[in-house]
Amino acid sequence: MNLKLASDLGTPPTEDLSGVPLAVRGMTVSYGQKPAVFSVDMTIQNGSMSAIIGPNGAGKSTLLKAALGVIKPLAGRVSVYGKPLKSQHHRIAYVPQRASVDWDFPTRVIDVVLMGLYRELGLLRRVRTSHMETAMACLDRVGMTDFAERQIGQLSGGQQQRVFLARALAQGADLYLLDEPFAGVDAATEKAIIAVLKSLKDDGKTVVAVHHDLATVSDYFDQVFLINTRKVAEGPVATTFTAENLNAAYGGRLATAQIDRLAVSAL
Amino acid sequence: MLTEALTLQLGYNATLVALGAMFLGVAAGVTGTFLFLRKRALVSDAISHATLPGVGLAFMIMVAFGGDGRNLLGLLLGSALSASFGLLCIGWLTRRTRLAEDAAIGAVLSVFFGFGIVLLTIIQTMRVGQQAGLEGFLLGSTAGMLWNDAVIIAVGGALTLAVVIALRRPMTLVAFDPEYAAARGLNVARVDLAIMGLAMAVTVVGLKIVGLILIVAMLIIPPVAARFWSERTDHVALIAGGIGGASAYIGAGLSAVAPALPTGPIIVLVSFATFLISLLLAPGRGVLAAVLRHRRFQRRVHIRQGLLALAQGQPIYERYTLRLLQRAGLVEADGVATETGRARAAKALRDEARWALVRSDQALEGAAALYDGLRDLETVLTMDQITEIDRRIGAPQGVAL
Repeated sequence: MNLKLASDLGTPPTEDLSGVPLAVRGMTVSYGQKPAVFSVDMTIQNGSMSAIIGPNGAGKSTLLKAALGVIKPLAGRVSVYGKPLKSQHHRIAYVPQRASVDWDFPTRVIDVVLMGLYRELGLLRRVRTSHMETAMACLDRVGMTDFAERQIGQLSGGQQQRVFLARALAQGADLYLLDEPFAGVDAATEKAIIAVLKSLKDDGKTVVAVHHDLATVSDYFDQVFLINTRKVAEGPVATTFTAENLNAAYGGRLATAQIDRLAVSAL
Repeated sequence: MLTEALTLQLGYNATLVALGAMFLGVAAGVTGTFLFLRKRALVSDAISHATLPGVGLAFMIMVAFGGDGRNLLGLLLGSALSASFGLLCIGWLTRRTRLAEDAAIGAVLSVFFGFGIVLLTIIQTMRVGQQAGLEGFLLGSTAGMLWNDAVIIAVGGALTLAVVIALRRPMTLVAFDPEYAAARGLNVARVDLAIMGLAMAVTVVGLKIVGLILIVAMLIIPPVAARFWSERTDHVALIAGGIGGASAYIGAGLSAVAPALPTGPIIVLVSFATFLISLLLAPGRGVLAAVLRHRRFQRRVHIRQGLLALAQGQPIYERYTLRLLQRAGLVEADGVATETGRARAAKALRDEARWALVRSDQALEGAAALYDGLRDLETVLTMDQITEIDRRIGAPQGVAL
């Protein structure tokens, strides 16, 4: 393995990333002394639907959070549409894992979706009918209009996940990053979410999701990024989601028979 | 006497105190809401105890420079500085050591308070003759409050309130979902600092009236009480402000009537009374409402089970069920179903089948989420939808709704 020194990490300044929604270069993140993500380069293609996959503890969520600035990396740079992350937060919508939220918080479904409009609302502007209409339209896209007035804790896990997605939609972003959107949700929610994500892609948006269900990778996504602390492979599902790469990422954690069944056949 | 106090007819000082306290109460309730929602209630206790050394040091410095040691603005400035230093210590201990926040809070709180008490004791032995009244910062003292003091409190409270209103959205976002807030580009640490800073402002402003030991109650009790009444952050903040303001005003009035009663503790007791009322009587989240809801639910479960048993010709053994059915006129004293009883039983069985279909149909998810085994289907669906469901079940149409 080619271990680069921290001092010469990163891309040469000549690399043109202006058409790339999300590029991560030389990213290392560590909790304590053990790196969770080590010297990772990731390039997300414009208009793609990309899955970040890898075994438990491989640093999938960590990579995503570091790319968003939610946690501070030890080293590495992030470029969003060719510009530094700091100036581009408004083009990114993030759907966190459900576990990150206090569900007894005094807030209704519609209030959560309105949080997606905070940038438009600023600090002091009042919520107007037009804002409410936008929020309701986003709830409609995830099939949750009937639930607008409920307290957020009264929903099932899948419904909560759809409300988070509606909040992301309300931002009107270009790049959508989702952390395990299908974890612990019912089949109906999974279908609803994937339909929304595909419609985003059809609108020319870019979607990146941390994903844990290998069986659905080739149905849902067109690009795949395999990680196990270090980058294993990235590229189109058809050429990258192979038995060889899965073996490299998952090691002995998947049976050979499983891998053969999942992987795109190299015919 | 009390009505006179509450209608501000009890003299100049009592009026000043009541109005000052009310401003403080509103600011504390609204600010405290965000502290409470961010789960940092205890930090405010550390902040308030950490003000004491600042009060003592400010007094000493002002006296040393030949000024009036009791100048309120000077004392508040000193207390703000030492509280900020206490906050920095907590932040540093939590980040740089393995101490959890609660341990850091405990350590900072007790050390600062202890140091403050030592300073006050030293001041008592100084021969400057102005030290009377400093111990009032412990439990609050409103006797001899000056017009200037009241103005400082009112202006401080109003400014704090204005900043809280301006920052309500970022603070709500950070309290609800800090990860998402960070992904939006919000500086979470800075928003947290703002929440703490605002709590500190309320503490410092309230030192004179309520005292540093009890000011935490004004920050925390109103939002906790308000939480019982609403599921919306903005409403909780407004209600907390109302509760805080009213409690402080009434408390100040009460203590004006009986001058031996200290203002701060009375205010706290009044706001505790509003908490008790909220806890017991609030609709939805209150204890009484929960008990009643449970009892009603239990009755409905028994009747439903009884009806289903009747419909399927099974015997009912439970006495409570029989008694309920009998009281509702659904069965005779001997346990045989009445005319109404048979009709209701048939409908219950039918509704079971309808609900089963609703719950399996994704298009009816909104209705299915209301399923509790008891609810009448016609309260959640239109007649047309029910007819459609009956058509899909394909069972005989004879059963009346």
